[in-house]
Amino acid sequence: MAQALQAGTVLELADVSKSFGAVVALRSSSLTVEAGSIHALIGENGAGKSTLIKIVAGVHRRDAGTFRFQGQDVDFTSTSESKAAGIAVIYQEPTLFPDLSVTENIFMGRQPVGRGRRIDYTAMYAEAEALFTRLGVYIDPRRPARGLSIADQQIIEIAKAISLDAALLIMDEPTAALSGVEVERLFAVARSLRDEGRGLVFISHRFEEVFDLCDTVTVMRDGSYVSTKKIADTDVDSLVAEMVGREVSELFPKTPAEIGEVVLDVQGLTTAGVFHDVSFQVRAGEIVGLAGLVGAGRSEIARAVFGVDRYDAGSVQLLGESVPARNPRAAIKAGMAFVPEDRRKQGLVTEESVARNVAGVIRHGLTTAGLLTGRAENRAAGPWAGRLEVKTNALDMHATTMSGGNQQKVVIAKWLATEPKLLIIDEPTRGIDVGTKSEVHRLLSDLAGQGLAILMISSELPEVLGMADRVLVVCEGRITADIDRADATPENVMRAATNAANPAASKEVVA
Amino acid sequence: MSADVQPSAVSPASRVLRNLLRSRELAVLIVIVVLVAVTTIKNDAFLFGSTGWRDLLLTPSMLVLLAVGQTCVLVTRNVDLSVGSTLGLTAYLTGRLFIDTNLPIVLVVLAGVLMGAALGLVNGVLVAWGRVPALVITLGTMYIYRGAFLTWAGSDRINSSDMPGAFKDLGTESILGIPVLTIVAVLVLALVGYYLRTARGGRELYAIGSDPDAAELYGLKVSRRILAAFVLSGALAGLAGVVSAARFGTVSSSVGTGVEFEAVGAAVIGGVAIFGGSGTVWGAALGAFLLVTINRALPVLGISDFWQQAVVGALIVGAIILDRFLVSRQEKALVAARDTGPGSTSPGAPALAPVVPSTSGSSPESSPESSPESRPESSTESEEVTR
Repeated sequence: MAQALQAGTVLELADVSKSFGAVVALRSSSLTVEAGSIHALIGENGAGKSTLIKIVAGVHRRDAGTFRFQGQDVDFTSTSESKAAGIAVIYQEPTLFPDLSVTENIFMGRQPVGRGRRIDYTAMYAEAEALFTRLGVYIDPRRPARGLSIADQQIIEIAKAISLDAALLIMDEPTAALSGVEVERLFAVARSLRDEGRGLVFISHRFEEVFDLCDTVTVMRDGSYVSTKKIADTDVDSLVAEMVGREVSELFPKTPAEIGEVVLDVQGLTTAGVFHDVSFQVRAGEIVGLAGLVGAGRSEIARAVFGVDRYDAGSVQLLGESVPARNPRAAIKAGMAFVPEDRRKQGLVTEESVARNVAGVIRHGLTTAGLLTGRAENRAAGPWAGRLEVKTNALDMHATTMSGGNQQKVVIAKWLATEPKLLIIDEPTRGIDVGTKSEVHRLLSDLAGQGLAILMISSELPEVLGMADRVLVVCEGRITADIDRADATPENVMRAATNAANPAASKEVVA
Repeated sequence: MSADVQPSAVSPASRVLRNLLRSRELAVLIVIVVLVAVTTIKNDAFLFGSTGWRDLLLTPSMLVLLAVGQTCVLVTRNVDLSVGSTLGLTAYLTGRLFIDTNLPIVLVVLAGVLMGAALGLVNGVLVAWGRVPALVITLGTMYIYRGAFLTWAGSDRINSSDMPGAFKDLGTESILGIPVLTIVAVLVLALVGYYLRTARGGRELYAIGSDPDAAELYGLKVSRRILAAFVLSGALAGLAGVVSAARFGTVSSSVGTGVEFEAVGAAVIGGVAIFGGSGTVWGAALGAFLLVTINRALPVLGISDFWQQAVVGALIVGAIILDRFLVSRQEKALVAARDTGPGSTSPGAPALAPVVPSTSGSSPESSPESSPESRPESSTESEEVTR
């Protein structure tokens, strides 16, 4: 299975571009990885890092550009091709088979076989245990993958990638869910792989890790290549400047609004294994940002508040009235609105017209003698769509043909038609191109100015810092920081999100 | 630490025993034993009569074949509703070949299996490459195959006298007290069970059903595997058609009607998850055995015909509810285990970190010069305590 390791350049990407419909994910990006090197790839969320590595992995195919692996032009059309060529990828979000054992998850498709091509389970379990020992973790190789924490799932992904014995190992934020000890172990493994002459690509938002582990760094911004430098020749400030390339305040024009009474009051919200003792308030005219890493439990908290998911303990109050659990209908009635993360799946009926979508929630108020007419829908939807500057030629245009930004506006319009007191919005600008992003931001800012309380979940740090009056940071299902707008910086938010500045915690656990 | 994240300290023997005791297969087997025992006490001809023992083993063999094929499709998160029609077509083909040609019995059996495989191939191609849900595709082919059967057979029917005696003997003969057709079914069961457990292709079927998107990312040959599962299901339905012709000696145009639902029901009762990813052919076969035996036992026990269907239905619904309950309980236990025991990785309960403005201005912890040794000492400390 071992592949001959060549010295020199392992991976060479030049001027690679990729579009998904109208959204340009990659304009012109380049990346050159040498053998025996750990190469950091950094950039803001949405800079195109994940798209780039998915091209390398064979998930997507590039539209244009050069792609060489071990000196040869390649064009992978499937993940099995890239795997066979010697590329292992650890994705940001683990992809495991919940019904199968962790060992089977590691070796699926290339299990050790003995006589008669029969899977050698003894050898397979032994190899899995050896991998876990190498990674310094204790996981029963026979347990199912179902119910593993994100961190443990990530360990399985890493074990899988290592067992591939690949010439190029790509890690897309592998440390996002790991604690300090595990990060150290992962780094030790990464260094030993580097010393064996393999090439590694490491994507991370934590600069300390980049400087600790990597020897070269490439910066990306807005789908384009910015620069490649030796780690020794650069520092955090210049990297940040290259990543951002603009002032944060330009993009996120939150205007100060008068902060009013408490609208949402959440106390002691708990769901076993997901989040714990979550308490916070949102006031009228205030935008509260819910920051944290992917998988920290932010969306789950929002879903519980809105009544989509159940919770074990705690209370939710809106304007002093308690909101029943597990009842989104009551939440809407009480004055909550919820714009979900995946608007195509959960927020829009994409095959329906704009008017239908906007009028969807307030349908009951529009009926004449129990019948709903298209005219009534158009009449109700018109002002809202106009106010949000939804760029559609007609209200009966289908939502599916619109751009991401306009779709998002339709979803927001839909909820505004219910005249809510509180708007919960999950990743308001995900998948929206940079130009339209600021329109969504201006809209949210205006709405707050009119006295709406907004709870905004966002993984984009600049968005949180630019938009939120207050930042709540969630880490492993707990609120670990409550930071005012004036005090919020990328560093202290990131630290609370990764819990890096809290070494006492890891000691408490083992004690 | 909780037992779930520890390397297993239990001996292999006790682990096998524990898994066996928890398995659905054993539970179904116990129900079967109890059912047979109770029925035999009521009327000892059920087991000890002149044909009791033979019928007990012989009757389920056809459904066992179908349930085995159905399981292979179900674990991939698909379903094959066309097996009843396939069975009817191949049963009729068997009869026609005996009437119209002088082919030896072996070739006729082979023709039936190949015909079933071809019909399964059609399903597989449409599902794997047409990207249409199997429920819809096989519902459609169920009617198409049945329609083709009716057109071909017309008002014709195959009678016992049309088929050679040697062939019909297969349906009644026994070897060492075990009917031949039962031996055939058990052989197929063992082969498929062995394949699903120990071959890469078999395990990939489970992986595909467990998470189709992840299977694509793993680079598994999803379409090819799904196709193979449908071909196997069709081939086994074809074999079941031959078995049906041998066992009953006649083939009418209604043969196999509704049997596809019995096959799905048998698999579900035997612990095969309807959404794919788990379950064994052993369980499905036991489920088939139970389903058939219940239908035969209830009249003996004096329960009216009207209630038989309801009992079968209750069994299926009960099995599905039990599955949901067990899965959600297991999931909850595994998730809750992350809170209580410090698992291998959970950083546990971090206290609310007070963020003071003064720290916000400071630079990130590690500067470029910092060596690995100057990492926060806490990590090495807690590592020691963990050991």
